[in-house]
Amino acid sequence: MRLSYSADVKIIQVPCTGRVDILHLLNAVEDGADGVYVAGCLEGECHYIEGNLKARRKVIHVKKILAELGIEPERVEMYNLSSAQGARFAEIANEMAERIRALGPTPVKNHTAA
Amino acid sequence: MIVADRKSLEEILGMVADNHKILILGCKGCVTVCNVGGLKEVEILTSSLKIARKKAGSPIDIDIQVLERQCDTEYVAELGEAVNDYDSVVSMACGVGPQFLSEMYKTQTFYPAVNTTFFGGATQHGVWEERCAGCGTCGIHMFGGLCPIARCAKSLLHGPCGGSSKGVCEVNAETECIWDAIVKKKMEAGQLADLMGVRGFKDWTTARDGGPRRSIREELVQGNI
Repeated sequence: MRLSYSADVKIIQVPCTGRVDILHLLNAVEDGADGVYVAGCLEGECHYIEGNLKARRKVIHVKKILAELGIEPERVEMYNLSSAQGARFAEIANEMAERIRALGPTPVKNHTAA
Repeated sequence: MIVADRKSLEEILGMVADNHKILILGCKGCVTVCNVGGLKEVEILTSSLKIARKKAGSPIDIDIQVLERQCDTEYVAELGEAVNDYDSVVSMACGVGPQFLSEMYKTQTFYPAVNTTFFGGATQHGVWEERCAGCGTCGIHMFGGLCPIARCAKSLLHGPCGGSSKGVCEVNAETECIWDAIVKKKMEAGQLADLMGVRGFKDWTTARDGGPRRSIREELVQGNI
């Protein structure tokens, strides 16, 4: 559709968001990502039945962990859309990029050897 | 099996606040089964601690190892003297683990990362419930296979108390009254008479009340013959 969306978004493709693990999200935050979002199929339309529901539970869990650590839970988010919704994809990317821009850079700083 | 819950990140961070290099030890036994101290949970804790320490400006170095079980000296011995290379060690096993570790590696500090709670099983994926109190004198067959020692808040032996209401315990609205369940089961089996007699006093000396316990299999102990 040649729609443009924020260049700040790096896409990692998975066959189903059920493949995304809590550790993937945490490692991203640990390694300096300002934000992470998981875009899965519409609920009820997961080809693998419940992968997107599992992903949502994991995202909620990671939000809880971040809140416990004093990091804004809004930095991690779950979105649902159909793979046919190109415009929605771009909309989500821009929405998330805007949200993260407002939150500012990640408080998790990488230090060079002390 | 033994069920435990992980301590809060705040509490664990407090334990290792002054440490710069730690080892987190998982266990493939009970804590893996109840998803609190297996490899995945060790990795999640590692990442969480690293995030917190990076954020606070005092990064921490964390190594990971998962032992087969921390309740057997032959597995605990696999760690070797390398365990002393760390400022401290965080064990995600049940209460037995950190103690076996402390007994074998006397100069190292072992922190428990979980609060060990009860003997139980999974009633659904992700939910574990207490079933056994380890009283040492099992009599569940006398109660239709349900244990009033572990599952009655007052460990009553002769029927529900006055607080039992609509099959629910007065202590907690989410706890079923096990006596309600026992009586219903016996009634349905036509065996209510089994519950009618007065039982003798329970011998609590076989429970924790009698002091720390020991279990011996004579035929297995080397050196007896």
